[in-house]
Amino acid sequence: MTRHFTTDHEWVDDAAGTVGITDYAQGQLGDVVFVEVPSPGTTVTKGTAAAVVESVKAASDVYSPVSGTVTAANADLEAEPALVNTDPEGRGWLFRLELSAPDELAGLMDEAAYKTFVASL
Amino acid sequence: MASDLLLPLDALHRRLGARMVSFAGYAMPIQYDGIIAEHTWTRAHAGLFDVSHMGQMTLPRGADAALETLLPGDIVGLAEGALRYSLLLNDTGGILDDLMVTRRADDLYLVVNGATKAGDLAHLRAAGLDTTHRDDLALLALQGPEAVAALDRLVPGVAALRFMRAAGFAWDGANLWISRSGYTGEDGFEVSLPATRAEALATALLAQPEVRPVGLGARDSLRLEAGLSLYGHDLTPETTPVEAGLSFAVSKRRRAEGGFPGAAIILAQLAEGASRRRVGLKIDGRQPVREGAAVIVADAVAGLVTSGGFGPALGCPIAMAYLPAIAAADGTAVEVEVRGKRIAATVVPMPFFPKSYVRAGATP
Repeated sequence: MTRHFTTDHEWVDDAAGTVGITDYAQGQLGDVVFVEVPSPGTTVTKGTAAAVVESVKAASDVYSPVSGTVTAANADLEAEPALVNTDPEGRGWLFRLELSAPDELAGLMDEAAYKTFVASL
Repeated sequence: MASDLLLPLDALHRRLGARMVSFAGYAMPIQYDGIIAEHTWTRAHAGLFDVSHMGQMTLPRGADAALETLLPGDIVGLAEGALRYSLLLNDTGGILDDLMVTRRADDLYLVVNGATKAGDLAHLRAAGLDTTHRDDLALLALQGPEAVAALDRLVPGVAALRFMRAAGFAWDGANLWISRSGYTGEDGFEVSLPATRAEALATALLAQPEVRPVGLGARDSLRLEAGLSLYGHDLTPETTPVEAGLSFAVSKRRRAEGGFPGAAIILAQLAEGASRRRVGLKIDGRQPVREGAAVIVADAVAGLVTSGGFGPALGCPIAMAYLPAIAAADGTAVEVEVRGKRIAATVVPMPFFPKSYVRAGATP
């Protein structure tokens, strides 16, 4: 399994299709108090808003890193939205996709490239 | 960001690890440790806020009657060392800004909002008021139940001040003008001092065990919980003091005498009630509603949210909105539309979180 990253600070695992935001992104958003995730069956398109993460201050769209159909949403976030802050790249995942265009992954960054990207910001 | 002005404490904010954002033309700290942690700390201990972006101005001591032509507060009758919350009004009774006016021995001292200070200055001068912009001064706020202990340790005597009273003090050779006031609903102080000494005082305050730095993010969540309006959002040139629930700012003598901008409209609203009012909303569930969201009553848009967010001390989302008088009673069930979904909410009294002011005449 390889994790791929976007310049909008989302990540996606190629095997499971799990999507979340990066540690850098959660740090920028601040304390997360609510997460709106797409329902299973929803079709999402690469680069379009698929979820919303609400911090104390503001609502921020999360763009889907790839296209596909939602197979699961992280139900734990309903009771514990702060998982996005405390474990953004683990238990704070947002939703899972069945990828409809796996070749889109080739356009994303690997972990090393993403680290370099974040260091440049 | 590149064109933003820098606060006197800019270097200190960056050393403390603040995330800086552009606000009111300044680079300002939005948070240090996190909004919820800073909010919670302020409600339990003492938070230090840099509010040097706000406008500090003075008028000659004899300008009180002239100032009264611009606002509905009793300034002529204001005692020395007392603050009054007031509102600059336009000719239709709309609010141009909210501000604090203090009578001092030698002048009238005004604190206005940062985003509106240039316009206020022009407005005051156009009315013939000899206004001095004190941009040589910084303004720090120390807020929370332990603020009095921390500040009195450095500046003995401040504990004797009561809410909405102010006096001059000295610290390490610097002249301080300190009021017992703030924008969090907590007990606390605001300290005006030469910008050149702000970092030294802030550093001394941050060395006190009760004190941590708090950014704009928690300033907003604290004032929202306290039911305090934010100019440009909850108060605008299209809202009157009565609609905004700020009738207390129209002093008794001014109600009898009039003579302030929009007096005919405001006095009529005081007598008959305004057709719409600023209300507090408690939102069901955990999803915050934000400024601009439509409030639905009886399946139609009845008003808009003007401030909304999460109340960290309450553990739920809260908001302010303007609603027609018939839908503004406490307990009214409404809905708020967010991204096409309707969320249930209830009109509730403000403040959402009880205030803890130390008032004159009360046992502290």
